[in-house]
Amino acid sequence: MDDLLREFLTESAEHLDTVDTELVRFEQDPNNKTILSNIFRLVHTIKGTCGFLGLPRLEALAHAAETLMGQFRDGMPVTGAAVSLILVTLDRLKSILGDLEKTGSEPTGSDDDLIGALEQMASGPIGQAAAAAPPAAEYVLPPPVQRELKPGEVTLEDLERAFLEAEGPEDMAMAPAAADEPAPEPEPAPVAVMPAPAPKAEAPASGGDGEGGVSKVQTIRVNVDTLEHLMTMVSELVLTRNQLLEIARRHDDSTYKVPLQRLSHVTAELQEGVMKTRMQPIGNAWQKLPRVVRDLSSELGKQIELVMNGAETELDRQVLEVIKDPLTHMVRNSADHGIESAADRKASGKPLKGTIRLSAYHEGGTITIEIADDGKGLDLAAIRKKAVERNVASQAEIDRMTDAQVAKFIFHPGFSTAKAVTSVSGRGVGMDVVKTNIDVIGGVIDINTQLGRGTTFTIKIPLTLAIIAALIVKAGEQRFAVPQVAVLELVRVDKATAQTVERINGSPVLRLRERLLPIVTLTGVLGQEQPTDTIDSGFVVVAQVGRQRFGILVDEVFHTEEIVVKPMSSKLRHLPLFAGNTILGDGAVVLIVDPNGIAQQVSQGSQSGGVPMEAEVEEVVATDPKATLLVFRGGAGSFKAVPLSLVTRLEEIEASKIEWVGGRPLIQYRGRLMPLVPADASIEIRSEGSQALVVFSDGERAMGLVVDEIVDIVEERLDVEISAERSDLIGSAVLRGRATEIINIAHFLPLAYDDWTRGAGKVQKPTSTLLLVDDSAFFRDMLSPVLKAAGYIVLTAGSAEEALTMMITNSRIDLVVSDLEMPGRSGFDLVAAMRKAEGRVAALPVVGLTGTIGPEAIERARGLGIADLVAKFDRSGLIQALSEIEAAPLANAA
Amino acid sequence: MMQAANTNKPETDAGATNDFVTVFVGETMFGLAIDRVHDVFIPAGVTPVPLAPPEIVGLLNLRGRVVTALCLRRRLGLPARVGDGKQMAIGLEQGGETFALVVDGVGEVLKLGASTHEPVPINLDARWRDLALGVHRLDGRLLVILDVDSLLAFGAPRHVAGAA
Repeated sequence: MDDLLREFLTESAEHLDTVDTELVRFEQDPNNKTILSNIFRLVHTIKGTCGFLGLPRLEALAHAAETLMGQFRDGMPVTGAAVSLILVTLDRLKSILGDLEKTGSEPTGSDDDLIGALEQMASGPIGQAAAAAPPAAEYVLPPPVQRELKPGEVTLEDLERAFLEAEGPEDMAMAPAAADEPAPEPEPAPVAVMPAPAPKAEAPASGGDGEGGVSKVQTIRVNVDTLEHLMTMVSELVLTRNQLLEIARRHDDSTYKVPLQRLSHVTAELQEGVMKTRMQPIGNAWQKLPRVVRDLSSELGKQIELVMNGAETELDRQVLEVIKDPLTHMVRNSADHGIESAADRKASGKPLKGTIRLSAYHEGGTITIEIADDGKGLDLAAIRKKAVERNVASQAEIDRMTDAQVAKFIFHPGFSTAKAVTSVSGRGVGMDVVKTNIDVIGGVIDINTQLGRGTTFTIKIPLTLAIIAALIVKAGEQRFAVPQVAVLELVRVDKATAQTVERINGSPVLRLRERLLPIVTLTGVLGQEQPTDTIDSGFVVVAQVGRQRFGILVDEVFHTEEIVVKPMSSKLRHLPLFAGNTILGDGAVVLIVDPNGIAQQVSQGSQSGGVPMEAEVEEVVATDPKATLLVFRGGAGSFKAVPLSLVTRLEEIEASKIEWVGGRPLIQYRGRLMPLVPADASIEIRSEGSQALVVFSDGERAMGLVVDEIVDIVEERLDVEISAERSDLIGSAVLRGRATEIINIAHFLPLAYDDWTRGAGKVQKPTSTLLLVDDSAFFRDMLSPVLKAAGYIVLTAGSAEEALTMMITNSRIDLVVSDLEMPGRSGFDLVAAMRKAEGRVAALPVVGLTGTIGPEAIERARGLGIADLVAKFDRSGLIQALSEIEAAPLANAA
Repeated sequence: MMQAANTNKPETDAGATNDFVTVFVGETMFGLAIDRVHDVFIPAGVTPVPLAPPEIVGLLNLRGRVVTALCLRRRLGLPARVGDGKQMAIGLEQGGETFALVVDGVGEVLKLGASTHEPVPINLDARWRDLALGVHRLDGRLLVILDVDSLLAFGAPRHVAGAA
């Protein structure tokens, strides 16, 4: 009896879960007879078994629910309220089952409330809809719900069996017939539709219990421990086989070879077979989700649809257990935070119903699970802000991070950006647990989010944890196994070949297809000493963990082997660098390196300034100062370039429109006269055809630079290599492999307007001395002529240190213009140092130049008493700012 | 053999005797309760574990099982052995895991009663005091009884703080 009860408990729990799911489907598709009859059958089975086992409370409840569902089948409209009621009933059933499991007997208590509600629901509407109520109540099971059920019960059981054993096709024909006539002959209806779902997956299981359909049994229940034991044994067998193969490799005795090969073959198949028994469809982990989403959507007042693809995708049950809860949590999260309310969705022009899409598919040795919602996406700005508030990262770090990196902060413990804590989520627990669980099984999780468009979480997890493919490598004196999943490729490095390890401040890096790959030596991360010269030869195992890519330098690479992962001893489990250990074919124990652990080490190194971490490509680009330059041809076919940011417009004019006034070329341009200046003395201004112009403007004045041809716009690192002695050129640089002259625009401006140097119609001021601080010689050269033209005596400094020295020694400096983004000591640091200095230097007015003016920069600048912030290429803005500073003391004096 | 239901607690009952496997480290003789000893074998092919607690020598393959080997010398805070005599290992089990206790040598099994038992002298090194259950006075030498559970209670994850 005990066994029977246990069997019943397991099975009923499964059935109830299925009913949960099916009911939600049914609510959306009330005309689907198949779903309904499936539900009906399952509830009926539970009820029948309860009666058999003498569990009156469960039986009465199940019966009441069944009656209501019978009404659905007979044409009663399916309402949300009715479905909710049945769902509540199912929950009650589950809790009774739970108690039953704990105590072995049904708990005392009354379900009259639910039964009453169910009966009322069952009888109410049908009375109005049709006169079907009385016959409906005369099912094989009469309405006296309580204990007299048994005789009727048996009858139905018998009937059901009779139908199950009868041929199928007619039943299908009968089902619609029953539907056509709502009630007059209710008796055949329940039985008629019942066999229909019989071919479904659950059928053999239910057929197996007490119905005598032994021949139909295709599945048996096996204790999990038995399977686990079998798995362990097979693992051992695999190891033994590997050892035998290793021995056979060393001996030339061919008599062993054939049986050994067979053994090897059989072992492989056995292993596969046993692995299969551990495999379960991921749908098992999803079973509860439709119900969860349905409950949430009514609780939160949102309309949410859950779409599931690939539920049949199989994975190891051990893995399944681990991801079950995280998945549920993430779906809840998507429903709560991701999907907006119907009103918000309408406002942003989306369909009212939000969709959560859950999909799973195999990809190599891993399974990929995606949870996508079409909700509002992550508010990255809020996350950035929060990360700084919580001191998770500094502002500077945050600024440099890409969106994908920022999104990952949601996995930080205690990180919730939900404005209000709801009962569903927003308490800041959960996402970190999700991440931890996934990490534990060697999975990775990625986030792709678009504000207003939704968020997609992608989880990649290994199919199984028991046996993995691993690369056997040697580092120092020892061999290690590196899980193949993390390995992207192998690169041989050698001093003699093209692939060599280079160093930045002692940190090894490798150039790999135009990218720098940070390298760690395996012996290094394992804390072993090594002669430094060995670092330059060996193999680099290029590994990827999440989005981090790095190389692990090892001395030798042997082969790939299927290894059985054995857990680390409890004494060694705290070591993050090892995922476990295994016994190789030759009997040796090797440690399995955990790429996640190494990745952590690598990035820790980078925090302390050791190894540069190549986390994101964009980042690398961002730190590389590049200039956008306009390249044109001017004078004897030579290439010239000018920073694009200085250019106002590019024009192609008709040469015939060029007028000559007083020996100077001019054109009418936008209602004004614009002087033209050839970019090079050798350029002849055309008299026919079209003429290319580069227009520069400053306030109301504009100048056209006459060029032969506009070639290109390039974005490149600018190294002015040769500085020219001519005042019209700043120097030469290599752009796109061509030697190009960078022109000095300040040289041309006075050629266009004689008075340009004096500023637009302003009275010449007493000359002030200005110190221009910028690390880039290019910008110094670019700006000083402009500043000179504006009437300042310009001194330049290339670094904060140099600038400070100059300020202290040169008392004539009245003004400082400083780039704020310099390597080493930034402009902010410089100003901070100035403000701490004595007397005159501390009071010097400063104008800051910056590439981007953000609110933080403004805040900081204000704190340091920086008079004004000007964008780096905004020359007129700079002149304006300077003249305001000049004006201020005068105003004060007056 | 498993009849010896005694735990490794010292028996004060006058009539009862306990069996101990004797092992040697240097000149000192130690006793281990026989019901905790599963194996005696020669350790071979030990794979060192980088970053492991110092007591752990490494991992070894004992008939298809991965066993964590720890060194009794290091556990007792003794210097490493000079010269390379054959070492022996005692297979111990705790919490479903197998450990190998590496010692200099293994002696005979002794049956000892409470009459020779003495408590641990209070002037013993603190480290030893934690590991010893008592001392037996034998002819011409002393036998220090080691507590297997205490022996295996080490390796508090010191690295965790650094790794977090």
